[in-house]
Order: sequence, then C-alpha cells, then structure tokens
Amino acid sequence: MKEYQTITEISGPLVFVETDEPVGYDDIVEIELSDGETRRGQVLESASDYVAIQVFEGTEGIDRDASVRFLGETMKMPVTEDLLGRVMDGTGQPIDGGPEIVPDERRDIVGEAINPFSREYPEEFIQTGVSAIDGMNTLVRGQKLPIFSASGLPHNDLALQIARQATVPEEEEEGDDDEGSEFAVIFGAMGITAEEANEFMDDFERTGALERSVVFMNLADDPAVERTITPRLALTTAEYLAFEKDYHVLVILTDMTNYCEALREIGAAREEVPGRRGYPGYMYTDLAQLYERAGRIEGREGSVTQLPILTMPGDDDTHPIPDLTGYITEGQIYIDRDLNSQGIQPPINVLPSLSRLMDDGIGEGLTRADHADVKDQIFAAYAEGEDLRDLVNIVGREALSELDNKYLDFADRFEEEFVDQGTDTARSIDETLELGWDLLSMLPKDALNRIDEDLIEEHYREDETAEAVEAEA
Amino acid sequence: MSQATDTDVREDGIIESVSGPVVTARDLDARMNDVVYVGSEGLMGEVIEIEGNITTIQVYEETSGVSPGEPVEGTGSPLSVDLGPGMLDAIYDGVQRPLDVLEEKMGSAFLDRGVDAPGIDLEKTWEFTPEVEEGDAVEAGDIVGTVPETPSIDHKVMVPPDSEGGEVVAIESGNFNVEETVVELDSGEEIQMHQEWPVRQQRPTVEKETPTEPLISGQRVLDGLFPIAKGGTAAIPGPFGSGKTVTQHQLAKWADADIVVYVGCGERGNEMTEVIEDFPELEDPTTGNALMDRTCLIANTSNMPVAARESCVYTGITIAEYFRDMGYDVALMADSTSRWAEAMREISSRLEEMPGEEGYPAYLSARLSEFYERAGYFENINGTEGSVSVIGAVSPPGGDFSEPVTQNTLRIVKTFWALDADLAERRHFPSINWNESYSLYRDQLDPWFEDNVRADWPETRQWAIDTLDEEAELQEIVQLVGKDALPEDQQLTLEIARYLREAWLQQNAFHDVDTFCEPEKTYRIMDAAKTYNDAAFEALDAGVPVEEITDIDAAPRLNRIGVQEDWNEYIDDLEDEIESQLRELY
Repeated sequence: MKEYQTITEISGPLVFVETDEPVGYDDIVEIELSDGETRRGQVLESASDYVAIQVFEGTEGIDRDASVRFLGETMKMPVTEDLLGRVMDGTGQPIDGGPEIVPDERRDIVGEAINPFSREYPEEFIQTGVSAIDGMNTLVRGQKLPIFSASGLPHNDLALQIARQATVPEEEEEGDDDEGSEFAVIFGAMGITAEEANEFMDDFERTGALERSVVFMNLADDPAVERTITPRLALTTAEYLAFEKDYHVLVILTDMTNYCEALREIGAAREEVPGRRGYPGYMYTDLAQLYERAGRIEGREGSVTQLPILTMPGDDDTHPIPDLTGYITEGQIYIDRDLNSQGIQPPINVLPSLSRLMDDGIGEGLTRADHADVKDQIFAAYAEGEDLRDLVNIVGREALSELDNKYLDFADRFEEEFVDQGTDTARSIDETLELGWDLLSMLPKDALNRIDEDLIEEHYREDETAEAVEAEA
Repeated sequence: MSQATDTDVREDGIIESVSGPVVTARDLDARMNDVVYVGSEGLMGEVIEIEGNITTIQVYEETSGVSPGEPVEGTGSPLSVDLGPGMLDAIYDGVQRPLDVLEEKMGSAFLDRGVDAPGIDLEKTWEFTPEVEEGDAVEAGDIVGTVPETPSIDHKVMVPPDSEGGEVVAIESGNFNVEETVVELDSGEEIQMHQEWPVRQQRPTVEKETPTEPLISGQRVLDGLFPIAKGGTAAIPGPFGSGKTVTQHQLAKWADADIVVYVGCGERGNEMTEVIEDFPELEDPTTGNALMDRTCLIANTSNMPVAARESCVYTGITIAEYFRDMGYDVALMADSTSRWAEAMREISSRLEEMPGEEGYPAYLSARLSEFYERAGYFENINGTEGSVSVIGAVSPPGGDFSEPVTQNTLRIVKTFWALDADLAERRHFPSINWNESYSLYRDQLDPWFEDNVRADWPETRQWAIDTLDEEAELQEIVQLVGKDALPEDQQLTLEIARYLREAWLQQNAFHDVDTFCEPEKTYRIMDAAKTYNDAAFEALDAGVPVEEITDIDAAPRLNRIGVQEDWNEYIDDLEDEIESQLRELY
C-alpha cells in the first residue's frame, strides 16, 4: 500500500492527489492529517497521474502535507445478524457503546443490480393498520413506497406508526413459518436533527422495536458527504438480512432530500454540468441504485421493503427530488398540509397517492374480494366531492343537486372517519373495508358504478341511506 | 452481445482515466462505435470519441475498482446483435445478453460483471424446412427456409442483406443449430440461420409506404379516438403515476401485431418481473398461444449501468427490423425514452460536451428522429411487406410537456396520447386526455374502419368528439354557475358526455373482459351512447323535463357494457330498453 503526500488541490469535499501508480475507480482512501486524525474517502475519478477523492468526513483541517493511502478495494460493509439492535453513525461505526462488530461477511456497499429475471413479483399484502394506506394505496412486501411530505408535517409519526403496526395477516394465522421469516426494521437517517433522531430512538426503545432494528444515524451536523454512503450501508445490511437470513426487512430512509442536497454539493465541487435546479444529471441513476434495491428474489424467503421519506421543498412535487423519486418508486403517499391543519391524523391525501403494486396484492385470497371495487368507488366519489367543494364556495350548497350534496358529505365523512384514525390505532383490513362500505352506503346504489352488482347486494347498507335521508329531513 | 463469430482482435490500448461509465484509453487502435473490452475483467464498452491517441469509451457495466494502466482490447466490430431463431420468448439486457443465461452463469440473483453470453443459443437445434430448391437464384434478403420458432411464429431464414446472392447449390431440410450451414450458394457463400447486424444501422428496405391499416390495441380510447397505424409512431408522455406503463403493457398484450418487442429502458425491476411472470400465462388474442411466444423482452432497469440504457432502444429496434424483414408486423414499445435521453445526457456531461437545452446534448433531437424514422410500413428487399410500429413512453419532469424530450418527440411522432394526472387522480383509466391527444393517422385509417367495422364509424366518432368538446366548454361554465343554471339541452349533453367518458373512454385494464375491447364493441358502445343521445333529445323536444330523461334506470347500465361477455345481446337489449323507457315519458 503506497502512501502519498502529494495533495495538489483541496476544494469543498474534494481532494486531488498526484499519483504515480494506478488507483481503482471507487476505491477507498484513508487520509491521515498532521495531528494523527484519519479520514476516509472514495475515488471519484482516476487518471494515470492524479485522482479526485471525495472525503466523507469533510476536508476541514486537511492540508497539503496530509498523507493519503489507497486501500486498493471499494467500500465494504461488515455484515452479521448481530447488527440487529445496534446503533451506528452514518459511516457504519457503532455509537451505542456496544461490543465490536464481528462480521460474518464484508459486502460491497454499492451492491449489484438484481437480475430482473431472478426477481419475484411482490404481491404479499402488508397490513399497516392505516386505512388510507391499506384500503386505498396498499403496501406489499418488496415494494418501495416513499412518503412525500414537507417541512412541518408529521411524516415521522406515520413512518413510526407503520414500523410499529406492519404485519402480514396470513402469516399470523399459519404461525409456523415465523422462525424462517422474521421482521426487521432498518433505519437510515440522513441529515435529520438530533431532536428528530431522539423521537425515533425513543419510540424504538418504548416499543421494544430496537431489538429487531439496525440504526444508521447521520445527523444534521454530521458531514454532508457522509450522507451519500449512509443509505448504502442501510441497504447492504437490509439485503444481507433479507436474502441471506430470511428476514422481512422494512427500510426507512429519512430524509432523502438531504441525501440529494449532498449529491448536489459534490457535483458542484467537481464542477460538473448541472441538470435541473443544479442537481447532477445522474441523480436519476443514483437514486435508482438505492430504490431498486427493494424487492424479492425467487427462491429466497426474505424481502426488502422501502419506505423512504422526503420533504418536498416548497410543497412542490415537480421539484427534481420528488419528481425523480416518483418515476422510480412504485407509487407514493402524500402528506397533506390542509388535512394536517384540520387535525386529521395521519394527514394522508389519498387522491394523488398511489400504490402501483396494489392491484396484484389485493382481492380474494389476499385481502378481500370487494377490495378493488370499493377502492375504485371511494376514489371516484371522493374526487367528485373534492371537485364540488370548489363549486360550493361559489354557488352555495342549495344550488347543488341532492346527489351532489351527498358527494360533499361523503368527502367530509371520508376524511373525518376513514382517513383520521390517530397514530395509535391499528385497523385490520376488514375494519377498513367495512368502514368504506359504511361511507359508500351514503350514496344511492346506482351511483356505485365501479362496483360489481353482486358485491353491492352483499355489502350495501340499506338503512344507511334511509338514515341519511332522515338526518337531512 | 454478439461474440458468436471470431473477429480480428486489433491492437490493445491502456486505460488512461476512469470516471463512472466513461473510460479513456491510450494507444487503442479502434474505430468509432467499435466494441471494446475494458480492464482485466473485460467489461464491455463502446468507442464514442477519438481524439489523437486518446479514445473515449462508454462502458456497459459498473466500473468500480477499474484502474488506469489496465488493458483495453478492441474487437474491430461495432455493437451488433445476434439475429436468428431463439429471440422470441427471451429476455435480454440492454446489450442483448440473455438474463436467464446470465443468472445461470453468474450463479447469483445479482448481476455480476464481465460475464458475456451470445444473444441466441448457439447449441440448440431447429427444424429447418427449405423454401427454395437447388438451382434457384437467390438475392440478399430472400427467404430460403422456415423454422418453427414458437407455436405462434415461423421464423424465416433469410439471405443476409449484405450478401451478393447467387444460385443455390445445396440445401436440405433437417435439424441444425444456428451456426451450421443450411444453404450453399454457387459463389461459395454459406448461409447459416445466425446473422449479425450493427444496432445503430437501419436494416435496408426497398421503400417506405404510407400505412393504411390500424394497429388495433383493444383500448377504446385509442382505437376509437386516436388510432395508430401499423408502421406508425406514437408517444405517450405523462407524469409519474398517470399510467404510462400500464398503457404500454396493455398495448404489448393486446395489440394485433405479429411480434412485440418490449424495451424496458431505465424503468422499475418489479415491472419487468411482472411482464416476465404474466406474459407466459396470458393468451395471445389472435392465435390463442401464450403471449410470450410472440414477445421479445429487453430489460435494462434503472439501476443497471447507464451506458447499456443508451443502447437498449437500438438493440430493440434492430430485432424489430429483423422480424419486419420476414414480412411480419412488429410493434415496439419503449418505456421510457426519457431514460434513454437522460442516459445520453449523463454520458455527454461526462464527456464535457457543450450542453444544449436543460443539459441535454445538442444531438438529442437528431438521435430521437433517427430512432423514430426506423419505424414504418416497408416493402422489404425480399419483396414482402412488413411494418415496425414504435410507441415510446416519455416521462417529462414534473409532468411538464414543454421539456426537450417531449417536444422533440412530438415533432416526429404522428400520434400523441397525452396522459393526464388529474384523470389518474380520479382513477379515470386509461387517463388519456381526449382534448389534448391527437392522431394524424385518423383520416388515412378511416377507410379501414369503414370497410371492416361499420360504414358510419367516422361520423359516429365525430359525434362523440363533438359531444366531448362541448362538454369541455360547458364544464367551464358549470364551474362558475353550477349545472342547474344551464339550459336543459346543455344539461342533457353533459349527461351524455358523462356516459361517453364512463362507459366508453374508461376501461378497466385489470378486468378479465374489459381489458380487451374489439373494434366492433368499441363502435357499439359509442353507438349505444348515441342511441341514448338521439332518443333523449327527441324526448326533450317533446317536452319531457331533463331530470326525467336522465333518471331512467336503463341509462346507468351503459356503464356496465364494458364488462359484459355477451355484449352484443346486452347492447341490443339495452338500446331497446332505453328507447322504450324514454318513449313512456311522453
């Protein structure tokens, strides 16, 4: 291993070093400062006579006399089942005062792409206990479903609620293959505040979830460049636990916006041609390399399900971060500011939310035979009600037809009863769907054009309309 | 990628620098677009720039750990695909490596590096039946025999397009693998089932013709309002979540093409898996065989190397052209061309080229038009006629259609299916906006619909368009004053238009019956709405209040036609019922 003291340029998070031997692209570098401190970095560009290094812990205090060692390998992560219950910093060093980690294996953190041919299509329903998700935008094992939120909204509460409540109904009944497929949560924090981190840690400890969790913490005051490796460590651990140790892993990554800011910072330091809003042109590819690490593999028990959280700058979903994310992930859950200020918990706006894998994960044998139709009808009725709200502001309720008034009531009750459930309530899928029927029965039968006639016969509450009429009278 | 034939190995070079997928090499003697093997692991790459003795290469695999000083080996031939029997029912990555073979060779579910495999199985034998006899003269492109490739498709073995031709001196039927000679010519040329063709070069044809036959998609809004021709081009732009992929899948499943080439370019892994799992089980509506028997899949998911994403659309269209040469109608779906454009942008930016609009390279427009121009209805060099239809999804950032990829695509394609986030939000699927979309093939396809469906297809369609247009105008007023402030006839129009939207334009891709709608059924649903319209306006003229007209119980049944298996009878009954219920009102 050759040591160089030939730093030629230090700029932002980057260090340029003259070399006389070839260095591998992406290789790991150690930089020793004059006071003996060691920093780690990665080769971003390798030419025959110089290399560009991105320093994870920041370049502060590095001078041209610092010595640079090339370790001759790409970034690896020690993985073992014993990681469960541990808390690490953003570079994977334990910070919980626990014993040293004895790895089973050291894995490349970049990870290789799953061969699409070897994937298994995700269609196992995960019951999150949240009606707006289970009923309207169902999550399945192996899916990547981001939460699109914004500053000041309770996205963390929702993520915690899901982590706490998520179960797979059938498996509980069988009960016997529990051993083969346990549930684990991996939490990757990127640039969140210490307070937010405490909120997560307190909840993990309170509910005992920490035992089956692995936590990676890069806090707001940690170096930004480090954020680019934190999610990779989290996902490498997740893949190991899922595909080697048969765990069903839920990966919560927060906040992806901070991750993208770090990418932009590095891109700017390298003087790259910027893409939209200054973010690098390869951000799509980079994000895809994270998000696509969710999934199932044929013949393996475990699964990796991702729940990335991102805060949309200015509540704008056309901003490159939510936009590129939406193009890669299999749907999204929107947290809505208006619903939040109305006190609805969790404030999920179901209309722009979407779960792409839903259609194959629901229905007879998975959830219930009427699930798809009920969902479609609720969407249509709620959208209709939402539209009418604008109109009602102008013309008043009296100017609307009886049916239109019913749609308005439907929309209100849907938000107050279906979406609003508090952060501690877990509803089973049956409860959610029955609630859906309660609400749909406010509408006349022939307005339910998305539902199969037999299902209407089976589930429609005849008296509900009568009640509604009475109430109106 | 092709490695089936030996090529001269040219002089080797040495890696000078590595930056992501872009590698430069010193002293490499290679031509522009030649394939090279990079580094000690032999990663596949392509020459994209030559400057002095420095050659720039885009590498189709991850370059982690590759360092300067490692060797680069030239192959002396451009990026080519292997053509021959065995391409259907296959799934490839962006450079035509079969993913199932890769899984086996790598022994892992994850894609490793430096593993290569030929695009078609070189060992497998096929039953060859000659179509020409000894003594016949054949020219380039001529069909010399057939091979039953799948239950649906007979693979035509052709004289390679660059052959001189000549007289057949030996030909016999029997079982051969793709590298064995099946025909010998008097010029001494030996013809095998296996051919190679460089992906960036269009396969030769005699003439491009005006397409006159529709590519029936089984989707009412497409066939009914915005048809695409066999040999036509279409773009489907839309923000995320608006249903691009579902629409592409629907087309791949139901389009009445002989062959479907589906290119998943930079999209989700799970979506490709869905196709791989679903297609072998689905039935081809025309032949009744498995859908996979006519399908070739190319999957370069978003986390696979970016350079291979750039090449995957070319791999796809070259395969499509090869089947076109056999006289087949081929439909190619590319999902999504934006990812392809972004791959170009990423590589261009690593080359430090001067960026054009929004960082895309200045040659974006030229590349897009080059690609779409390879579509068309052609007279092939062997005298057969075949077509390649290209349907490209576009993923505009933020759903903004004014961005460069959408705009440059719209300048070329003749059919535009605009997906709309608002429609998707209210779960109106397929969420194709009927006010923004267009098809320039409509007029040239009308004669086909008149001859094969109904003579008044164009008139009925025009009625539907007018009604929907009027609705759009009326909706603006309704937003201000409410529906009840409108005159009765306009209220009725709104009601009819609602049925057109719900019963006709909406279609449930996940319903067994509704997922595919033959043109006759498309016509009849539209016509049923018109029957209601005509009878309702008659009733209105006779003085019946509009509430009574819209309240008849038969009308909501229009919305159920889509899911009926016996739709013909159902519609007959329904039309009678509507007319008689309306008659009773006056």
